[in-house]
Amino acid sequence: MSKVFLALQDVDEARPIVEAIRKDNPNAEFDHQPAMIRITADQELIIKRETVSNEIGADWDPQDIQLTLISFGGHVDEDDDYFRIFWQD
Amino acid sequence: MANRINMRDRYKHMTRLGWETSYQPMEKVFPYDRYEGIKVNDWNEWEDPFRMTMDSYWKYQGEKEKKLYAIMDAFSQSNGHLNISDARYVNALKLFLQGVSPLEYQAHRGFARQGRHFTGEGARVACQMQSLDELRHVQTQVHGMSQYNKFFDGFHEFPWWHDRVWYLSVPKSFFDDANSAGPFEFMVAIGFSFEYVLTNLLFVPFMSGAAYNGDMSTVTFGFSAQSDEARHMTLGLQAMQFMLEQHEDNVPIVQRWIDKWLWRGYKVLSLVSAMMDYMLPESPMSWKEAWEMYFEENGGALFNDLARYGITVPSYAEICAKEKDHLSHQVWGILYNHTAAAAMHTWVPDDAKMNWLSEKYPDTFDKYYRPRFEYWRDQEEAGNRYYSQTLPLVCQTCQIPMGFTEIEDPTLVAYRTTEYSGDKYHFCSDPCMKIFTDEPEKFCQAWMPPQQIFQGNCGGEGLPAVLEHYKFNLGADNMDYAGSPDETNWNKWKGLDGAGDGQVKAS
Ligand SMILES: [Fe+2]
Ligand SMILES: [Fe+2]
Ligand SMILES: [Zn+2]
Repeated sequence: MSKVFLALQDVDEARPIVEAIRKDNPNAEFDHQPAMIRITADQELIIKRETVSNEIGADWDPQDIQLTLISFGGHVDEDDDYFRIFWQD
Repeated sequence: MANRINMRDRYKHMTRLGWETSYQPMEKVFPYDRYEGIKVNDWNEWEDPFRMTMDSYWKYQGEKEKKLYAIMDAFSQSNGHLNISDARYVNALKLFLQGVSPLEYQAHRGFARQGRHFTGEGARVACQMQSLDELRHVQTQVHGMSQYNKFFDGFHEFPWWHDRVWYLSVPKSFFDDANSAGPFEFMVAIGFSFEYVLTNLLFVPFMSGAAYNGDMSTVTFGFSAQSDEARHMTLGLQAMQFMLEQHEDNVPIVQRWIDKWLWRGYKVLSLVSAMMDYMLPESPMSWKEAWEMYFEENGGALFNDLARYGITVPSYAEICAKEKDHLSHQVWGILYNHTAAAAMHTWVPDDAKMNWLSEKYPDTFDKYYRPRFEYWRDQEEAGNRYYSQTLPLVCQTCQIPMGFTEIEDPTLVAYRTTEYSGDKYHFCSDPCMKIFTDEPEKFCQAWMPPQQIFQGNCGGEGLPAVLEHYKFNLGADNMDYAGSPDETNWNKWKGLDGAGDGQVKAS
């Protein structure tokens, strides 16, 4: 099974996203590196609009990931309600 | 959300703005995406997974810029350059501005061209956005580095150097090769191989290294650019999958491009390996670790995924796997020997750094490289610092001086030679030679710095004439860090021992 990864800037704006990932992806692993957080998981990682919005207390648009995303490994699937990274095999 | 159309429809309505031309046939309006042999059945199958449209593009980019410039202003107002770990660190930035930022500009031009020439408008719009991103990258990098240029040598003539100086022909020729290829090859070269597979090895360790060494300005422009890279990565992957899905005849063409461009990119990144392991006073991660994480692990996952199209990992992956224990040490050795002709400083690693290298490279550093550095250090201390005064033989494909060794014998420099049209050509490795023999009529025309110097096209004969042509401030831009104006100034600003005027002492 292949691992997907997501790297986010270690900034305030990314914290609710990281929290939401923790809640929605129980198998995700978090690696804190200088100025960034690298998150890995087997096969897929999902960020849900609802979970992040609840964390912030205001509506969060998955496209806002543009502001904190550094890099990722996998295919991207983005829609109004979620942002997902996955491998197909 | 109720009265808005959803993301998928928005994307469709705002990117599918093309039409079938009627005054001129389509193939005359878009003549360049056909000659490479890539067969496209239906451009409508192109889909950008980020579904980015111009309106949100401007919104997000505007927000990123505001944040970035606020930090860059704060950095210069607070003399942020004084907070870095050590002035040696600045040499990594010099290499970046000289070697990488001009590639951002080349990427801007390349994507602008593809943004005109692809028949499918979805692909054109995505390329146009990337073209704007890349222009933003070069501008913010030059702006960010301008603060360093006020205080350190080695920045002032970076575009001039990029087009002329020998080690910068490594990245320059890489991009010239891509920009002189057809649009589909360009997408595999830059969009897929460089942006998707290799960009992590360039930006992520570089920016985390900057953070680790106290350089908040570079971290910020780096990660701001990198947030665009995520979009570029999906474009590269999308372009490649599109080709593979459109026609099975495309598969061998794409495979050959992947093989060529991952190797070309890997060779360019050998400069990054030296930067990570030697130029950063504090290294958050070794080159080998970064290679394992970003190429072997992530790249491995990618190739597993692409296996369903019949795409395989390039056969030379084994060479890279063995070479990761040697690469950075050999490149630093090459730079150290030729610093008289380079616009950056080098040095022999100190004991703490050498111990770190032994730990990170237990199988090779103590055996092959530590003795070499210790010998060079002894020679320096005895007043015999050796600067090579001769021109190196460079590889016809990657343009790196021949200094890489045989995979089975790290004490033997690898040479490969072939003939084409009555002339001899030299290579650092089998994959570099293979790239040449696949396209000899292209690579025999490469602008080779040593040959150009010998032909009298770079200011004249001998090193002094060439360095003058390079517009180096001699003794300031080049040579060792020890004894450089950078070192003297740094010690003075920081109140360290060894300050030029001897007045201030360590605080
Ligand atoms: Fe860029
Ligand atoms: Fe890019
Ligand atoms: Zn080569």
